[in-house]
Amino acid sequence: MSQRYIDEEGFAIEGDNLDRKRFYGKIFVGVCFVSAIIGVIALGLLIADVINEAWGWLDWTFLTYPPSQLIENYLPDGRGAGIFPALIGSIILIALTAIFTILLGVGAAIYLEEYAPQSRLTSLIEANIANLAGVPSIVYGLLGLALFVRAFQMGSSLIAGALTLTLLILPIVIVASQEAIRAVPDSRRQAAFGVGATKWEVIRDVVLPSALPGIMTGTILSLSRAIGETAPILMIGAATTMFAPPIRDGPYGTQLPDLFGPFSAMPMQIFDWATLPQEGFQHVAAAGIVVLLTVLLSMNALAIYIRYRYETKT
Amino acid sequence: MSLVDAVTDRFATDLRAESTREPPADPDTIIEARDLSVYYGETLAIDSVSMRIPERQVTAIIGPSGCGKSTFLRSINRMNDLVQGARVEGELHFKGKNVYDEDVDPVALRRLIGMVFQRPNPFPKSIYDNVAYGLRIQDKDDNLDERVEQALRQAALWDEVNDQLDKNGLDLSGGQQQRLCIARAIATDPEVILMDEPASALDPVATAQIEDLIDDLARDYTVIIVTHNMQQAARISDKTAVFLTGGELVEFGDTSQIFSDPENERVEAYITGRFG
Repeated sequence: MSQRYIDEEGFAIEGDNLDRKRFYGKIFVGVCFVSAIIGVIALGLLIADVINEAWGWLDWTFLTYPPSQLIENYLPDGRGAGIFPALIGSIILIALTAIFTILLGVGAAIYLEEYAPQSRLTSLIEANIANLAGVPSIVYGLLGLALFVRAFQMGSSLIAGALTLTLLILPIVIVASQEAIRAVPDSRRQAAFGVGATKWEVIRDVVLPSALPGIMTGTILSLSRAIGETAPILMIGAATTMFAPPIRDGPYGTQLPDLFGPFSAMPMQIFDWATLPQEGFQHVAAAGIVVLLTVLLSMNALAIYIRYRYETKT
Repeated sequence: MSLVDAVTDRFATDLRAESTREPPADPDTIIEARDLSVYYGETLAIDSVSMRIPERQVTAIIGPSGCGKSTFLRSINRMNDLVQGARVEGELHFKGKNVYDEDVDPVALRRLIGMVFQRPNPFPKSIYDNVAYGLRIQDKDDNLDERVEQALRQAALWDEVNDQLDKNGLDLSGGQQQRLCIARAIATDPEVILMDEPASALDPVATAQIEDLIDDLARDYTVIIVTHNMQQAARISDKTAVFLTGGELVEFGDTSQIFSDPENERVEAYITGRFG
């Protein structure tokens, strides 16, 4: 500790530039605060603007009716028009993507963290996965078009869209899951091995339960990214406008998702509305955006809830 | 006398006067190392160790840091198999069978040789599920409640937790967590319990409780305990093995003899605190 001298004027510390130094400190804090708040303000302004545009256009009818080319039908006294087929399309699309992503992503992460030997091949795979996370989404769209739509002859179907979105977010989910698995204390694995558990039992009973909150958070955040993606599903040829949701009649009067049929999704539908020339459609597009953002923010909220609910015990 | 006084008293007592246990009357050997060496990659961790560990007694393994005492302990239940690059030479016999024979399943071996670790490592589950875990995976889940209660009683934890078995194991104090881990290890009724510095992360009161417990456990189990605390070894063990730097077993014998009249000069230097 440096020495301090006391004289008649109290503490005299090498000149009196302390005030100046404190002032610089305050400027620095100010800059940091503005940096922190600017993203929040931008999002707030965006949401406020969209809600303002959509005001009066978003109601129950909008959620439950198919779209129309005529602006009159969206008005309160019109025949009713809305986002229903695209909303259902998006929900089924994201549910399918979630199933594929969790199976493949968690599987890959468990293999890489728990089983893979520390070899060059493993490092190569890991480096590649990290790089894939940065590939633009339209490239995945091209891949999906060549692979699922053409080569596997799935057509521009729900399943082709879900598989394409799975490829898109898989690298991020793998990396997030790997981190969650790596964060499980090794002492806990050893405890299970110590009472005679097999490797599989250790992973099932110790590693996965401890890593699950982290895995779920990463997966849900990736899915909420995927639900707003337009480029990949545009490339695989998803419809801009569908007049019926991708649902077919199943056995015993059930209704099942039509996995191999055409579909639309909210981003496509919003894009379509935004390109229509008649006045009023920008309000319809804004209403669509509000629906999309609501779904997306609910998913993020769920991710945050899971993190707080289950990550208290470490 | 309060517990704290008892602990201070224990620590104050002279080492050499501590070892009052009778030397064992030729008990059966349960574990025998024959020229056992363990390498981590190119590093030799323990060097050609041979020793016979008697059944139903407490054997302490002492030595300075990095002398290979934990490595030796972990080679008994093949926990070293989990370390990448670990390699074993020589033999380690458990009840006459070399555990490094190809037909030995390490998982089956670990069901007979339980382990307690340096830091308490309960699962983030309820107290009950912690103790029941081993029983469940070993399909010993008949009379589960009874077995859990018995293990907790043996681990001297039952009276403190019997009304809160649903509580998360991680919410217990450090000493309670370690006794929970002991309960988890003995619930499946293994023959040997390995303890890797089980009290080094605990306060003196909790340490005293663990030591008392080890004393009781030796009636039913063979206990092998690694410790860097010589007083502890002197207090609780029947036999003591001294490892010194280089992974060498320098001396092994009755605890009373090791602490009162060691044969090896380096051991004497280590025990009297002049080295290590």
